Amino acid sequence: MSRSLGRMSADAAQQRTAPAAASDAASDGDFRSYYGRRVLKEPVWEWLVPAYLFTGGLSAACAELAAGADLTRRPRLRKATRLGALGGLGASTYLLIADLGRPERFHHMLRVAKPSSPMSVGTWLLVAYGPGVGAAAVAEVLPSRLRRTWLGKLLGALARPAGLASAALAPGVASYTAVLLSHTAVPAWNEARDRLPFVFAGSAAAAGGGFGMVCAPVDEAEPARRLAAVGAVTELVTSRQLDERLGIVSEAYRTGKAHRLRQWSEYLTAGGALASLLAGRSRTAGVVSGLALLAGSALQRFGIFEAGVESTRDPKYVVVPQRRRVDRGEQA
Amino acid sequence: MTVSRESFYGPLDDVSGDAGYTEHPERVGFFTDTSVCIGCKACEVACKEWNLLPDDGFDLLGMSFDNTGELSANSWRHVAFIEQPAPPRESAPAREADAVDLGLPSFDLPGAGTGEETRTDFRWLMSSDVCKHCTHAGCLDVCPTGALFRTEFGTVVVQDDICNGCGYCVSGCPYGVIDRREDDGRAWKCTMCYDRLGDGLEPACAKACPTDSIQFGPLDELRERARERVATLHDRGITEARLYGEDPNDGVGGDGAFFLLLDEPEVYGLPPDPVVPTRDAGSMWARAGVAAAAFAATAVSVFFGRSRR
Amino acid sequence: MGSNMAEAHPVGFQWVMEAKARGAKVLHIDPRFTRTSALADKHVPLRAGSDIAFLGGVINHILSNDLDFREYVRAYTNASFLVGEEFVDTEDLDGLFSGYDPETGTYDTSTWQYENGFPEDSVESERHREQSAGEQHGSGGPKLESGTGIATDQTLEHPRCVFQILKRHFSRYTPEMVERICGVSREDFLEVCRAWTSASGREHTAALVYSVGWTQHSMGAQYIRAGAIIQLLLGNIGRPGGGVLALRGHASIQGSTDIPTLYNLLPGYLPMPDARHADKRDYVESIRGTHQKGYWHNADDYIVSLLKEYWGEAATEENDYRFDYLPRIDGDHGTYRTVMDMIDGKVFGYFLLGQNPAVGSAHGRLQRLGMANLDWLVVRDLTMIESAEFWRNAPEIETGEITAEQCRTEVFFFPAASHVEKEGTFTQTQRMLQWRDRALEPRGDQRSELWFIYHLGRILRRKLATSTDERDRPLLDLAWDYRTEGDGEFPEPSADDVLRRINGVDLTTGELLDSYQQLTSDGTTAAGCWIYSGVYAGGVNHARNRTARTEQDETALEWGWAWPANRRVLYNRASADPQGRPWSERKKLVWWDAERGEWTGHDVPDFPKTTPPEFEPEYGEAGPGALAGDDPFIMQADGKAWLFAPSGVVDGPLPTHYEPHESPMPNLLYGQQGSPARKVYGREDNPSNPAPPEGGGDVFPFVFTAARLTEHHTAGGMSRQLAYLSELQPALFVEVSPQLAAERGLENLDWAHVVTSRAAVDARVLVTERMRPLRLDGRVVHQVWMPYHWGPSGKVDGDVVNDLLGVVLDPNTMIQESKVATCDIRPGRRPRGCELLEYLAEYRRRAGVTVETGTHVVTAHTTASDAAATSDTTAPGSTGSHTTAQGTTDREEDA
Repeated sequence: MSRSLGRMSADAAQQRTAPAAASDAASDGDFRSYYGRRVLKEPVWEWLVPAYLFTGGLSAACAELAAGADLTRRPRLRKATRLGALGGLGASTYLLIADLGRPERFHHMLRVAKPSSPMSVGTWLLVAYGPGVGAAAVAEVLPSRLRRTWLGKLLGALARPAGLASAALAPGVASYTAVLLSHTAVPAWNEARDRLPFVFAGSAAAAGGGFGMVCAPVDEAEPARRLAAVGAVTELVTSRQLDERLGIVSEAYRTGKAHRLRQWSEYLTAGGALASLLAGRSRTAGVVSGLALLAGSALQRFGIFEAGVESTRDPKYVVVPQRRRVDRGEQA
Repeated sequence: MTVSRESFYGPLDDVSGDAGYTEHPERVGFFTDTSVCIGCKACEVACKEWNLLPDDGFDLLGMSFDNTGELSANSWRHVAFIEQPAPPRESAPAREADAVDLGLPSFDLPGAGTGEETRTDFRWLMSSDVCKHCTHAGCLDVCPTGALFRTEFGTVVVQDDICNGCGYCVSGCPYGVIDRREDDGRAWKCTMCYDRLGDGLEPACAKACPTDSIQFGPLDELRERARERVATLHDRGITEARLYGEDPNDGVGGDGAFFLLLDEPEVYGLPPDPVVPTRDAGSMWARAGVAAAAFAATAVSVFFGRSRR
Repeated sequence: MGSNMAEAHPVGFQWVMEAKARGAKVLHIDPRFTRTSALADKHVPLRAGSDIAFLGGVINHILSNDLDFREYVRAYTNASFLVGEEFVDTEDLDGLFSGYDPETGTYDTSTWQYENGFPEDSVESERHREQSAGEQHGSGGPKLESGTGIATDQTLEHPRCVFQILKRHFSRYTPEMVERICGVSREDFLEVCRAWTSASGREHTAALVYSVGWTQHSMGAQYIRAGAIIQLLLGNIGRPGGGVLALRGHASIQGSTDIPTLYNLLPGYLPMPDARHADKRDYVESIRGTHQKGYWHNADDYIVSLLKEYWGEAATEENDYRFDYLPRIDGDHGTYRTVMDMIDGKVFGYFLLGQNPAVGSAHGRLQRLGMANLDWLVVRDLTMIESAEFWRNAPEIETGEITAEQCRTEVFFFPAASHVEKEGTFTQTQRMLQWRDRALEPRGDQRSELWFIYHLGRILRRKLATSTDERDRPLLDLAWDYRTEGDGEFPEPSADDVLRRINGVDLTTGELLDSYQQLTSDGTTAAGCWIYSGVYAGGVNHARNRTARTEQDETALEWGWAWPANRRVLYNRASADPQGRPWSERKKLVWWDAERGEWTGHDVPDFPKTTPPEFEPEYGEAGPGALAGDDPFIMQADGKAWLFAPSGVVDGPLPTHYEPHESPMPNLLYGQQGSPARKVYGREDNPSNPAPPEGGGDVFPFVFTAARLTEHHTAGGMSRQLAYLSELQPALFVEVSPQLAAERGLENLDWAHVVTSRAAVDARVLVTERMRPLRLDGRVVHQVWMPYHWGPSGKVDGDVVNDLLGVVLDPNTMIQESKVATCDIRPGRRPRGCELLEYLAEYRRRAGVTVETGTHVVTAHTTASDAAATSDTTAPGSTGSHTTAQGTTDREEDA
């Protein structure tokens, strides 16, 4: 509460500054509110959720690369990305549970399947996606003496189908998180609903590609480089649209902490993508550009998350577009 | 339960039926007539007493007499206080004719002869806010555990033994009502005294309201009464009186708790034109599907072609 | 006016909202824009303490434009009565009435009498004033020797008739004067006049509501008189939708005056005997005139029945019903006098039952210093309030004036049962008794007051049982035999039994009485409070009546029970015209049924049931039988409502605008600045801020007023302990206008402190346009407002606002002037500890405040002897106002 109070002056009631005619009130920066207080609640999620957005995307892209590497016989890329997919998934699972107010009740997510709740859809998506990722990754790291057991043999046989199955679901994992955010009243997320899936898919691809470049030798990493490049370009282009095409809500992306995070994301992603094209066969350059892409992707998620939080703190992001809509007599 | 487009957006006549109740009581709600609210906050206290809510801290906010600030996990009613210039008044044309003549005096309404010393250009609005129990409730739609549910009365209630505190409902609410309690981890909001309704009692806030600013009853009756009240006020020259949340065609399919306001909603801290996020669920999933397909296509394509190895 | 009904009486305010919904107009005339103003059709701000100037303006407006309800005024008020030739009005004495004695600061009321009425003999105003004479006359009004045979002029044109006196007295209260004194614009004032006067006549009425915003002034009784005069002139008394409605300070305060906790009253507004009364006969004769009209003439029945209830078998005709057992008073024993006596070492023990004077009474510092100088103090309350903890957390601890180790007072704290943990009645603002059942058993050692007093009396009687000391007889002879419920050593006394005994019993049959008209003075009836007789009529507890309003007519006689006789509108005979017909069909309430030969109607008629409208009593008749058929005011000695009060009001027969004790303004109407009869206490520990003509007032340039918030209960004992209420108003604040904030450098939510010559108090600043500067006589005056609910104990604490106020009293009621004072306000927090004392001393030095400041009550530009010469009782030695007024102070200090 003290945060919003900080803005209040002696005659704090902003409504007093309001213009007489309601129709004037909808221009940007000139709007009425209740003592300048927020209309919406800030998301209760903290860093865990944007971190999950990153790890989930990373896992999904890794799963794709792993399946491709498996089919195109790139064993080291396959191993790295299968483990990356599992690592990303493990981290995601931890982050999702840790973010709950009552973590011990995480299994209540499995009570129902609700198509109207992206979180429910996502939960079941991860439930479907996880075993394949797990089986493929375990097969990869099974000690050689166990490989000869019947279980080892079974795992070895299952690794490819499991990997392919997870790869089939991975695009959903990479993009559903955009719906998770957009399907809220948070103005910066909701208004970005048409573009966010592409930002997130691109970001995931860039992260996964970056991961492949870091962990796989240069001679197997070409698909990773390509994926990274395509992902990075997609992310850069669509991310810019968030800055410009969302009306007043774009301000939440263009200013403050969200802006700083996303600006660094842009530098790192662009730089990483450029370096991956120019790196040639240098492993070092590949690793550096891969790390840059990973960092860029992570910062993108944190930046978008932060823009959403900011858009709930300042009532203008809620009031101005809605007031304009009402005054124009538009249907919601 | 049938899931149709009407389940997510637009007017919905039988909200409980849509939620799967075959036989159920009438949909009930609140009509909060802020034109008679005296700002006593009895609703806030009665709510906390009945629902055993924790206090919300002892902070002087310096916002007129409002030290609650907003609806929260611990405050399910919130009385807003707004000090502002009064709208200019034309002399009320039809009022003498329409008002029941009790023999009390009629005279010019405030507005004439405003000097520095007079206060006729000033007014103090009070309004008791509450969960809107939307026809299309954003919180309910996004809840992944089923903790939030639609009751047989058409209200929206959190089951505290189910909620795992995912927090999705907090961001799903277009009114900023529901919130997670810090030391508890679960989400809380007005239940419209679900436990009282079951026993045929009205909610605690409505019971405590001394001036009937908070009226409880079947939603259809309340809507009818509210429209009459607005007409009466308009006749008396209070032309700024308007209903908020009453329209089944609005972005949430109409509120189960709606209001008579004397200024724009945002002045009271209410969103002017809220929309349930679920309205766009279809298009959002479609866009995500396109993105996912593109993602998959890219992932496949990167393995084709000449490799630079 | 003087009421913040929506905030202080939110439950009752629902009916105002109901009336508004049906088309009534609501006007709020009050210094502050409150939650009441927010719901009113119009708010008219005026300077705190200027209400009589405003009301006087309305009276002048009515009289100069012939807007009174003449038929009502002529028939039912004393407008036509002639006042004796000796009477001299304030018009001729610069603000004083005839009969003023500057030596004592009191009026001799003998020059205010009607012509041909037998003037009261040996009126001792001095003593009257000390004993709070207004209350002493109780519900019946003051006595007149005769209610018949008063000279009248039905044309209302005789220069000495009340109507003409009224007209002349208020002639200078013009709209211009109202504007200059009150800060109310001409337009606003006339708008109020138009609205009020249009609610008059056969078809229309208006109700006037006031609360402690009127009573807590040095002339509070006169505020109410002024309002009552308007309502009488407009014919709004005794009629549905009319009345002067006094909203009481909190739950059952009405009950605590009916069955009083006041030093000068016995139950049912019987005065407490004083040292003059040798026996019961003396006493009764002092209450009633031999030939006066009305029910007050039967005072002997009431006192004998009371004595029979107190002492039962021990009270007999032979021993004068033990009238000698009653305590006698010999002067001012009010709460503020007592507190000063505590400081002066004259009082040793003190009971506090549900009262928190360390926070809730004016001049909290005086209260705490008094309580710190006792042998013992008993506090019964729900929680550990400041008055139980002052010895360890009073502000005086910080300044070193009280130290816990050395405080000599031994404090006993008894936990009290709350209202839901005990049964009994509340008597609320509308004189209505409502029975409460016990909902919960009290926890632990919590017990009811009834339990405490009953067992205290029982144990004292046991300890004294063998005493032969004569002074113990009153206690030992008490009929202390109330029924109890439950077992054990300390069973709970039956509240039902107490109510039965309050109602009264026929001792010959043991039957419960049905009405006070059955009371006798021959010792065959006993009743604890005569006005409550009938609450148990027919053996039924009518206080417990709970028929819903939807199941009866709008008079709602079947909900609770209102004294007297379950009457809902007092003096409702006035709802009919002199011939006994309703004034109009839509305003009918009570009327004469000629066929059945009795009064009837929707309410219980407040008139002898079979006295016809045309009845004329014989000259010299007395009592109820002397009431003429058109004498609706049956408790008044002459049967009429008093526009002019020939006795009973000690500070003037007519309301007159005087400035408050502390004011930034000179009195623009008269040379007399403040009320000449107000009670002042010039003491080192009770300094006053200067007011004109004294200099130095500019050190305290702002008008200060204090009041309540909905969210808290008076001194906070019932709210600051509760989280749900504390969070709603968590901190003490001071409200200032944006203009004053700019002038003094105050910022919203920052700290500031308010200073008077008594104290400095910290508070957070709320800058609000609800506080609006007033333009008064060419200058701008700022008002500062604070709620007074905070103290050092509880979940939320703060400085004690009442410390800012001094003690100056209304001489009629001994109620303190706590609704208006002067102050300064500064940004930042006040100094602490010893520096605070120095800070205040510096303020007093700058303002030139001494013990004498504010005690020179006479400032009229007429010599005091002029005024006195007009009466027959010229005070000797009155040489000039200033020197003689000092005598008042000396007397107070000597008392």
